Amino acid sequence: MNSARLLLFIFFPVITYAQDDLLSQLEKQDSTRSFPVEATFKSTRVVNGQSVETMKKKHLDFRISHRFGRLNSGAYQFFGLDQATMRMGFEYGVTDRLEVGVGRSTSQKVYDFFAKYKLIEQTTGGRTIPVSVTVFGGTGIATVNRELVFQNKLYYTGQVLIARKFGEKLSLQLSPTWLFRNHPEVTGDEKILLALGIGGRYKLSKRVSLNGEYFYTAREKNTVTAPYHDSMSFGVDIETGGHVFQLHFTNSLGMIEKQFIGETSGTWSKGDIHYGFNISRTFSFDKKNKRAAKEKI
Amino acid sequence: MKRYFFVVVILTIPAVLCQMGEAFGQSLMYSTSTGNTRFSSETPLENIKAENKKSQAILNTSTGELAIRMNMRDFVFPNKLMQEHFNENYMESEKYPTGTFSGKMDKVIDYSKDGEYETSATGKFTVHGVTKTRTISGKIKIEDGKISVNSDFQVPLADHKIDVPEIVFVKIAQKIDVKAQYVLVPVKK
Repeated sequence: MNSARLLLFIFFPVITYAQDDLLSQLEKQDSTRSFPVEATFKSTRVVNGQSVETMKKKHLDFRISHRFGRLNSGAYQFFGLDQATMRMGFEYGVTDRLEVGVGRSTSQKVYDFFAKYKLIEQTTGGRTIPVSVTVFGGTGIATVNRELVFQNKLYYTGQVLIARKFGEKLSLQLSPTWLFRNHPEVTGDEKILLALGIGGRYKLSKRVSLNGEYFYTAREKNTVTAPYHDSMSFGVDIETGGHVFQLHFTNSLGMIEKQFIGETSGTWSKGDIHYGFNISRTFSFDKKNKRAAKEKI
Repeated sequence: MKRYFFVVVILTIPAVLCQMGEAFGQSLMYSTSTGNTRFSSETPLENIKAENKKSQAILNTSTGELAIRMNMRDFVFPNKLMQEHFNENYMESEKYPTGTFSGKMDKVIDYSKDGEYETSATGKFTVHGVTKTRTISGKIKIEDGKISVNSDFQVPLADHKIDVPEIVFVKIAQKIDVKAQYVLVPVKK
């Protein structure tokens, strides 16, 4: 027999053993761990609608959002920029999964309150969970009409947000929505409205993403009792350090679920498009943060 | 007959060698999976710090070979937004999940006796998918059957193609200070 081949055959087990170096041993030990998928969306909103993201524990998000008038209102109204409606809100992470928030919209003078809980977090690695699921519940008081009794100023929203981050760039979300108005704006409109939202984002660069969102409402569009259309929005997210700027075009004027899902009166085809933006600024109230800043490592 | 016997002996050698290697190798291996790696970036505008308490290290005391491995996503920042940016924008942890070092001790040390040594290790240092051959100095302390490895070193961002955009350029140091503290215990089979 060829002696060289015999030697190779005999020492083959030794050679393979040597190749199994220290680093791959560490890798093998670590192979069962799984990691949460971070940053499915850059902020707690896709455009108008809630995203699966919640604020982390002891972190506060201060949000200012504006929507301007309709682009088709012409040069006299400076293409809508003469009118502005805004919402100011605070969102706080009680735990890494639970967030609570309050807001005030100028439109219909609404105070809104909500909670979001991250039920399931998408993970990669040893144990893979394909999607993130967050539940959202909110209520609001529309104080614009002083004649109404208190109960009739209230509305409620429930959402199950299901999202998946497909690789680094693409994230998609489904948002089944239940909306209940104690006293709909138009007499004769149904109190209950069901809707299905679909939204997503595509990262153009590390700090800029393209976002889009559409809410399909389970009702006849543009009727006498419900003169409304489905909400559709497109925008960009620009992230700079602690701020996220969301600039967008939408046919909805409102920034809370009751308004943009339930009461969108404009349509894209007629040019009833509003320019708008959200500015989000995050603050950390974690005491460890301050301590860490002082300490030397 | 003699020839057949010879062949049988030859064939059993590798198996015995493997067994011996494993028996000796295991007793001479020291490792940890709860090593502490911290880093900081200090500029007049902002101090950024993070800590990884799940760093893995393994040392073969017979050959002086050393390997260190950590998951970038195990770095905990007091500010979660910074943590997200670290993984998303700077380290690209989805693409490059780990930081590793694989090398050899430059000094021959008697690990069976208690003592303290100033030494260094030379090998491949990989962060953000970019591998550099580096000699990293540190201290080795042998006490109570444990081996402590301590090292302070710097990682220049440019070496590992970690881009910092101009708007945050002044907030992030160009060289990151790293402090590694690992207590290695004998590997039990």
